[in-house]
Amino acid sequence: MASYSTNEFRSGLKLMLDGDPCSIIENEFVKPGKGQAFNRVKIRNLISGRVLEKTFKSGESVEAADVMDMEMQYLYNDSDAWYFMDPDTFEQVGADEKAVGETLKWLKEQDICTVTLWNGVPIAVTPPNHVILEVVETDPGVRGDTSGGGGKPATCDTGAVVRVPLFIDIGEMIKVDTRNGEYVARVKN
Amino acid sequence: MSETSDWQPSASFEVMQQRARMLEKLRAFFSARKVLEVETPIFSHAATTDLHIDSFQLNDPDMKWQGYLHTSPEFAMKRLLAAGSGSIYQVSKVFRRAEQGARHNPEFTLLEWYRVGFDHHQLMQEVDELVRTLLNKNVELAETQVFSYQTIFEQQLGINPHTVTVEELNACAKQHGYPEVIGLGNNESDKDSWLELLMSQVIEPALPKNCPVFIYDFPASQASLARIRDGEFPVAERFELYINGMELANGFHELTDSNEQLQRFEKDNQQRQQQGKQQVVMDDNLLMALDEGLPDCAGVALGLDRLLMLATGAERIDDVLSFSFARA
Repeated sequence: MASYSTNEFRSGLKLMLDGDPCSIIENEFVKPGKGQAFNRVKIRNLISGRVLEKTFKSGESVEAADVMDMEMQYLYNDSDAWYFMDPDTFEQVGADEKAVGETLKWLKEQDICTVTLWNGVPIAVTPPNHVILEVVETDPGVRGDTSGGGGKPATCDTGAVVRVPLFIDIGEMIKVDTRNGEYVARVKN
Repeated sequence: MSETSDWQPSASFEVMQQRARMLEKLRAFFSARKVLEVETPIFSHAATTDLHIDSFQLNDPDMKWQGYLHTSPEFAMKRLLAAGSGSIYQVSKVFRRAEQGARHNPEFTLLEWYRVGFDHHQLMQEVDELVRTLLNKNVELAETQVFSYQTIFEQQLGINPHTVTVEELNACAKQHGYPEVIGLGNNESDKDSWLELLMSQVIEPALPKNCPVFIYDFPASQASLARIRDGEFPVAERFELYINGMELANGFHELTDSNEQLQRFEKDNQQRQQQGKQQVVMDDNLLMALDEGLPDCAGVALGLDRLLMLATGAERIDDVLSFSFARA
């Protein structure tokens, strides 16, 4: 079984800890001049999403997690799962509600998402940094007001609620940054 | 893997100028005190057996030479002392495997000096004077504080490091935010590692700030090359210097007994074997020099890169190195 020594620790490395796949966020090497070295590591549990800190005696080995990030196209969902396709092999995988999680509100058919697979099974879905959504509900637009001051909530076709400028109307397409949930620009059809 | 900017230095020219000034000041400091600057080999046949310090091994297949890059110039300098050099100092690049982080680079600059006739308390005094001279104008330092290892453990953690059990150390670490340390358990052989964890992770960050802090008289089990003094608890006549929670220097009232030195080398190598680490060629020349007679002396090694970090307010050692290992 593949494993990593603490000497190989770096951010992004995927490990098995307490039975769950985890990803290293930050690795801090600490060592007294004379004495035992330690690695203090900040880790994200890829199943629960929780961030935890672990301390290792340096030189220890930890089992590697077979975790891959794949760029996949979102196809559709049914009552069981959300389906993604590898654009090269056309292979499809179904991600359950837990894996899709918060990403659900940004999922647009045909968008390319990052699907994290553990032993071939999706455990997390990350949306593209920017998505283009249609406004399906908002207060009527105020024409000519492009000042950008103020704003109002708008519900999009995926269910996401985004704060938009006053001039945006129902039926318009907007570009949104999924990392902070903020409106970026109006997109002309 | 190289980034396009990797050809450029990791330190600024201001920092490089400060390094040059620091070297000038330290040479003037030792010159005024009649301490001789020396150079000793970086590449040698033997190496440190220290369980927690690993040397780079080199070999020359043409000449059939094998050797190590030194991790400190200690052994060669002690041979000079035994040969009658008197007090000496050296600024040298040293090399340590598997040490890289915010405060570690596998190659770094060590200032090492030995004072004939000094004990560790007299040397602490001189270290204090040197550090104040080198940091002068850059860092405002309050009065120096000095604690024994036992006192600082009692004050900060309420435990006596000489009598505490491994279970108690484990529980103390739990209390202070270390519920589990992967690789450490309740074996007697883990005791020093627990003490070192508590020292480096809990005590050091809480030490008084903006002043030199010396901690002296370490547990005998952490003697390294210091002499051990008997008493209620035997202690190693060893000290460490910290400023703002950063370890800067380690010094010893030096062990001069060649038999005890041999025993410590052998014990180190046994522990290396138990932990699946490589055995190290012991330095017979050092043992012979000790046999001949090392004058009573105290010695200390001080990390110059870290001192420069303090002087410049750098957060990472990379910021004070012309080319950190990633760019070397």
